[in-house]
Amino acid sequence: MTDTQTADMAADSSPASDSNPSGISAGEGPPKMTTRNVNVFYGEKQAINDVSIDVNMDNVTAFIGPSGCGKSTFLRCLNRMNDTIPIAKVTGDITLEGEDIYAPKMDVVQLRARVGMVFQKPNPFPKSIYENIAYGPKIHGLATGKEELDEIVENSLQRAGLWGEVKDRLQDSGTALSGGQQQRLCIARAIAVDPEVILMDEPCSALDPIATAKIEELIHEIRGRYAIVIVTHNMQQAARVSQRTAFFHLGTLVEYGVTSDIFTNPVQDKTRDYITGRYG
Amino acid sequence: MPNTGTEHTVKAFDTDINELRGMVAEIGGRSEQAIARSMEALKNHDLALAAQVVKDDKLIDELEQKIDDLTFQTIALRAPMADDLRELIATFKISGVVERIGDYAKNIAKRVPLITGGHKLGPISLLPSMSRIASELVRDSLEAFARRDADLAMEVSERDQVVDDFYTSIFRAVITHMIENPKDIGEAAHLLFIAKNLERIGDHATNVAEMVYFAARGEPMPERDRGENPTDLLEQPSGNEAS
Repeated sequence: MTDTQTADMAADSSPASDSNPSGISAGEGPPKMTTRNVNVFYGEKQAINDVSIDVNMDNVTAFIGPSGCGKSTFLRCLNRMNDTIPIAKVTGDITLEGEDIYAPKMDVVQLRARVGMVFQKPNPFPKSIYENIAYGPKIHGLATGKEELDEIVENSLQRAGLWGEVKDRLQDSGTALSGGQQQRLCIARAIAVDPEVILMDEPCSALDPIATAKIEELIHEIRGRYAIVIVTHNMQQAARVSQRTAFFHLGTLVEYGVTSDIFTNPVQDKTRDYITGRYG
Repeated sequence: MPNTGTEHTVKAFDTDINELRGMVAEIGGRSEQAIARSMEALKNHDLALAAQVVKDDKLIDELEQKIDDLTFQTIALRAPMADDLRELIATFKISGVVERIGDYAKNIAKRVPLITGGHKLGPISLLPSMSRIASELVRDSLEAFARRDADLAMEVSERDQVVDDFYTSIFRAVITHMIENPKDIGEAAHLLFIAKNLERIGDHATNVAEMVYFAARGEPMPERDRGENPTDLLEQPSGNEAS
């Protein structure tokens, strides 16, 4: 049994009382990120309503909920991606390692290196595989020379489970890879700048089941090294990859708790209706 | 059960679940009937009826297989969650337990031809009452399943004590009878096995009740309290202490 599996079981056996509808705790261990009373407005429209939740290093946290429930919007608050939308306004407190990420002195570029993001559609740069990985460490000054950069590229690709498939063609274009490989390349790219948190917004929805399984395996592999938050429409995927699950509905957090509790014995009727397919 | 009765978006899922519920009700009804008939056959030394019980057990076995197949298929194809998942797991287990109840009834029926001098065996008079209660437990546990009624399930589990107490009384009465009538030992031993079968039927009804409780509440049934006055419940059918 691997360490990951052992840790899995430990997380899965957490008491059911953790599955508190108003619970915000991420379980044991200090929270990596905390959010308190977060509201998000797009102009007049309120997209997120008073959400408080903690995320820690030991767990993969899944956000689930029907389309338009606000799960992606909330995810994007965690590395200030909503800043790029002019009409979006975020209130409340969000911290990373106790630091207010919306504080004026916060360097957003630096923040996004610490809190990396992987999107729904793989979006490699139209450059070589090598450059896709090396770009981040170069601009963040993480490598002092070619040798060190080579090492970061190799390590990142190793961790993303892609090294064996691409090591002989690092100069090929990243866009020439298959969809699943491109997505793992994007994860390797996020890993290359040594982030603390990785946000994944529907990372497998454009992939076939085999490529999806590889990403899920990768999530298991890197869990514990980074705090991982994943938004997914696929409830089976949330059940498979996460240890904590948050269910969003109409911009509010309905229930947050241990994944195995949420999927076997949810506290809230709304959660139950959604996960059993009775929604709507 | 927290089931609000809202239908699934995928209607075929509800069709499968309803079909399973129907089959569970049917297997329960058949096993109840097998218990009643085996006791009837014992009481009247009706060999034809006993043979019929043995033969009809095949139907219970087939029904168990059908329930298991459809449960298995539903889990594989629908990936059920929460109360749906709990209900399907419960269905899977209940079908196996109820099939065992049918086997106990069949075993009682098989002993009928071997008890020729039933009228001489005093303790036999306790069996119909014991069987009636065991049978009620089976019926109520399945009623609890049909209604998703954790409270009724809990009650069934508590009532099993009555069957256990019956067994204790019959055991004592049969042993006494054996000591006093050594030539009846063979037949009396069969009687003891029949009482044991009924006691096991009660235990299996409790197992069903435990699964119903789990399906309804999402947690195991609390341990039942065996401490309080188990014997005063025994009054009504007590029959004559055999001698």
